[in-house]
Amino acid sequence: MAVCIAVIAKENYPLYIRSVPTQNELKFHYTVHTSLDVVEEKISAAGKAMADQRELYLGLLYPTEDYKVYGYVTNSKVKFVIVVDSSNTSLRDNEIRSMFRKLHNSFTDVMCNPFYNPGDPVQSKVFEGMVSGMMVQVS
Amino acid sequence: MSGSQWELPPELCCRPMAFVALTGLDVTYNAVHRAIWDAFCANRRADRVPISFKVLAGDHEYPKCRTKRTSYEWYIPKGILKTGWMNKHLNLVPALVVLFYELDWDDPQWKEKQSECATKVEIVRTSLQGRNTKVAVVLIQKKTPLPPGEDLVASERASSLCNACDLSGKSLFVLPHTDHLVGYIIRLENAFYEHAQTYYYTEIRRVKSHKEFLNKTTHQLLFVRHQFKIAFFSELKQDTQNALKYYRTAYSLVHELRAHETNMLEIKTMAGFINYKICRLCFQHNTPLDAIAQFRKHIDLCKKKIGSADLAFEHTAWMSKQFQSFGELFDEAIKLGLTAIQTQNPGFYYQQAACYSQDRKLTAQQLCQVPPAGAVCPIPDPLDTPTGGLDFYGQRAWRQGHQSIDPPDPEKERTGILALQIKERDVPHSELIIALLSNAVAQFKKYKCPRMKSHLMVQMGEEYYHAKDYTKALKLLDYVMCDYRTERWWALLTAILSTALRCSYLMANVKDYMTYCMELLGRASTLKEEQKSRIEKNLLKVLKNEVPDAEPDCEPSGSSAAAALWKDRMALSGSNEFSIEVQDYVPFIQCKARFLAPSFHVDQPIQLQVFLRADCPHPISFNKLSVSLSNQCYNQWCVVEASGQDTMLLTPGETSCFSFNFVAKTQDVGKKIEMTGIELMLGSGRWVFLSWRGAGGDAASAHEALQASRSARPRGPGAGARPEGAWDALTIQHSTMIISRVPKISVQLSHQPPALNNEMYCITLSIQSQEEGVAREVRLTAGLKPGQDANLSQATHVTLDRGQVCDASDPALLPDIPLGDLNPGHKVEQRVYVRCVSTGPRVFLFHVAYSINTSVDGQEIDCNCHKDETIAIETVEPFEVSSKFVSTKLEPLDRVVVDIPFVLMTDLLSSSPWPLLLHSSSLQLVTMATCTPHPLSQLEQVVLQTGECASECFCLQCPSGAEANGTVATGQYVISWRRHKCPSVVPHYENSLPSFGRVRETLPVRYHIENRTALVQQVEMAVEPSDAFMFSGLKQVRLHILPGAEQQMLYNYYPLMAGYQSLPQLNISLPRCPATDTHTLRRFLPQRIFVKPQGRELDDASIAAA
Repeated sequence: MAVCIAVIAKENYPLYIRSVPTQNELKFHYTVHTSLDVVEEKISAAGKAMADQRELYLGLLYPTEDYKVYGYVTNSKVKFVIVVDSSNTSLRDNEIRSMFRKLHNSFTDVMCNPFYNPGDPVQSKVFEGMVSGMMVQVS
Repeated sequence: MSGSQWELPPELCCRPMAFVALTGLDVTYNAVHRAIWDAFCANRRADRVPISFKVLAGDHEYPKCRTKRTSYEWYIPKGILKTGWMNKHLNLVPALVVLFYELDWDDPQWKEKQSECATKVEIVRTSLQGRNTKVAVVLIQKKTPLPPGEDLVASERASSLCNACDLSGKSLFVLPHTDHLVGYIIRLENAFYEHAQTYYYTEIRRVKSHKEFLNKTTHQLLFVRHQFKIAFFSELKQDTQNALKYYRTAYSLVHELRAHETNMLEIKTMAGFINYKICRLCFQHNTPLDAIAQFRKHIDLCKKKIGSADLAFEHTAWMSKQFQSFGELFDEAIKLGLTAIQTQNPGFYYQQAACYSQDRKLTAQQLCQVPPAGAVCPIPDPLDTPTGGLDFYGQRAWRQGHQSIDPPDPEKERTGILALQIKERDVPHSELIIALLSNAVAQFKKYKCPRMKSHLMVQMGEEYYHAKDYTKALKLLDYVMCDYRTERWWALLTAILSTALRCSYLMANVKDYMTYCMELLGRASTLKEEQKSRIEKNLLKVLKNEVPDAEPDCEPSGSSAAAALWKDRMALSGSNEFSIEVQDYVPFIQCKARFLAPSFHVDQPIQLQVFLRADCPHPISFNKLSVSLSNQCYNQWCVVEASGQDTMLLTPGETSCFSFNFVAKTQDVGKKIEMTGIELMLGSGRWVFLSWRGAGGDAASAHEALQASRSARPRGPGAGARPEGAWDALTIQHSTMIISRVPKISVQLSHQPPALNNEMYCITLSIQSQEEGVAREVRLTAGLKPGQDANLSQATHVTLDRGQVCDASDPALLPDIPLGDLNPGHKVEQRVYVRCVSTGPRVFLFHVAYSINTSVDGQEIDCNCHKDETIAIETVEPFEVSSKFVSTKLEPLDRVVVDIPFVLMTDLLSSSPWPLLLHSSSLQLVTMATCTPHPLSQLEQVVLQTGECASECFCLQCPSGAEANGTVATGQYVISWRRHKCPSVVPHYENSLPSFGRVRETLPVRYHIENRTALVQQVEMAVEPSDAFMFSGLKQVRLHILPGAEQQMLYNYYPLMAGYQSLPQLNISLPRCPATDTHTLRRFLPQRIFVKPQGRELDDASIAAA
């Protein structure tokens, strides 16, 4: 399960970041922020190839000693980043994909809310609950 | 051991090359020998064989060879690898010793020299006692040798020399000292290389042969040692594939060793060495993925092998070194042509190395607190060894060679650890970390990772902060802050700002301190309210020129030093004014300014508003607010200052508005006034000017405005309930245009289009003043509007003089015709005559300018006003003239006969829409003679209506003198004409029509028909239906109008569609006066009207304004 989940706006500022409370929150902010380098690179590389049939899931962005960072970009260039612990080897690529899909669906619901102004921080409780379900449960 | 005990030994990192010693060369005093030596060492490029040469004395002492062990049965190894071993084989024990000796085959003293040479060989052999090192002899000869086999003396003497020296024939070489020295040298060194290869091969065999004597219980260390040695010899032999294989075996063997606390360091050191070799070879073999995989495996295996808990910092230091050296290997491989990618580049390894160094620092801080701060190194220093170094890699100085699980002497162990801890305390950790981070920054810059780079720079800044180098820390933090600000990562920005604030506090840097405070109080900061409150209190203290409280996370010693610095700063007078540019930050006071309109007429006061809003937790007061404008004379009107003791207060979360008015100068008409800056003065005792460039706004406001505009929430006047939205929706209007005063005169043009070609077309201009004062110096510019086809200005002439027909000398545009002053309510008329000599449309411009005095806000100003009218006039041909020749019986002729009279008939077909009055016509003959003595014009005073034709006949005769069968010129036909004014026939129409209609609202239209003739006129009127209107009123009517009387027709039109719509067509005909056709009359009637959509009340003003 994830230790950090982030939603990043098209202009690369955070719309939503949630990390496990036991660890240094700032470190995750930095991890997510630096992963955008790879996301941008991947988007620009894919943009040249096929704009329409681009795969939304970007896969493993980069491994660090302690964490694995995965990325996903919607068609409107909103980015999702999921950070999982490197020691957590049970997570398969497929599971990460389905986490992203869930996240995307939930984010779409947030966007459909007429009272949500696109570009504002996400404050939806439903979204929050869904993210909580995907995070590592701290006992 | 030096402080860099973690550095890899240089003999490990270099590329091993076969070592060949050259003796018998006197390179200092003998030029020939020098040349030979130079040829060996100069230009050692990649195409030369890899040998390292050294010149040694003939009687050089080589390292002694220990007596070979015959049995390993009772032997217990003391360590894995001796520290001197690699160096010994690289630099001390040669694979081949070459003896240089000057001897020609035909030397007269051959015998003596031969024995001298043999002696020298013997000396070398003796000093190499027990080694397998080869010996070779090179004879330096002055003569060029003959081809082999031809010189019998040579071959004989060669074999005798070989015998004397106990050499094989393959080890004797001849080096003729002639022109081709380098060529000979290259051949020589290839031969040397082969000998060296054989030497290393036998060495490998020798080491391998030990294996059978070993047993797994006591000789585990030897397995590793032997594999390492074989691999190293293979490398010396340049057999890198096998070397890699042996290193890999050695690597797996090293991890099979029984590891415990006492030998952990040795195992890790050796594992690190072997890993380094493997990775190096993998990169050399261009298999970088293997290198990376090996390194990952290495790290995973060793990560958990921490060893002694008291020396945990050693493990992190070692890990850091592993990453660093791998990064360096990777980087080196890239320099040799390997391509790295964004997600796999040396930067990550440097970064991880830095990360471990940080861990090292932390653990060192924890562990090295244990010895009391003043503890000195125990005497004697347990780290000292008799030899000054270690015998084996990775062992402890105080128990070298000890291989059992428990330390031999717990007391020695304790002091040893203490000594290491004390040594660790003095390590400049921050320097190491910063060096690694800056390496990583350089890499990430190269591989397009700007954010990673920023992150590492933050870490560097923080490290400088820990190292108390606050200036450098601030420089780095400042540099990256703006990246995080523009990307709107507020949490990260806040963290960086907090560090920067501490730095500036500890340095007592007033300006930076205030800047960071202001941003930390601002809306971008994610600090908690109580922290903000603390910071604001500190800021207020600084503004009062007092010493702020210490930042909570600073260490106490630093804080007290800082407090002293602040006191000094405070005492310093004179430097108490600061100007801070806040535009590029997110300051705690937001500022937005706007002109109330994008343009102002010069006779209106210019209005300008400045909005301020504080985001800090407590109210803040200020002393002065001033706006600077592009024209500085207005600045004096845009200042608000606190009077006396009371200051102006900004309440958090509320918007304060300050309005300014001023009157523009008349010379600024047509110019733009811009706000160039806004300045807010804060403080008492210390003055701080916050300045915004332009009209306010900051690093975050553009995005907020965008979000506000995207928002679905209602905005505008009704959004007062949400002050947030209202503030965000405030738009900045940073400039305004000063435009001239609206003229209060009406300019009416009356004329009768279309113009006829060549006629003097009259346009009457009437100017009526609606001004309240005297319009002075009214000037008219009339004529062809500039900017049209260039030919038109040649074909158009304008004059004011109707007395004569204007010609080419008259201009197309008459500028600045003075019309004098115009009193209020008065009217002036001016006729302008235009002659167009070509057909087609033209646009004419009538520009009326005047000046008038007026007062704005009690100020008298003299403004210039002007009004432009343009009209488009079409010019058409008035008539066409054709002529034909007929006989007197009116039969058409195509040639005429001399002396026989004939008739010239001219036809004049009017195409003018106006009746034409033909004034006169005459025929000016050239060769022909007329039969009538005084021909009178038959067309004089004829009025020609549209489409009518006037004909004239002239009876002519060709004189006999004319040339037969030739063509003769007839002459010129001159017609003089003018527009026929029909003063009495056309009735006058007037209509009153509103300027616009509105969908589904009645539009009353009244037509006035006035008979200005002296006759009773019968008028038939009919209205054609239109799609856009319903209407009521008389649809078709016939009526009589008495002379001078007027008839009114009222219609109620009801518009159905918006936009420009054609009105229902009113057709009027005068049966008594068929000449006036309905088209002529239509010109007076309005054709179209603008119909507005049925709007809401709100829109009224905006459309009217448009």
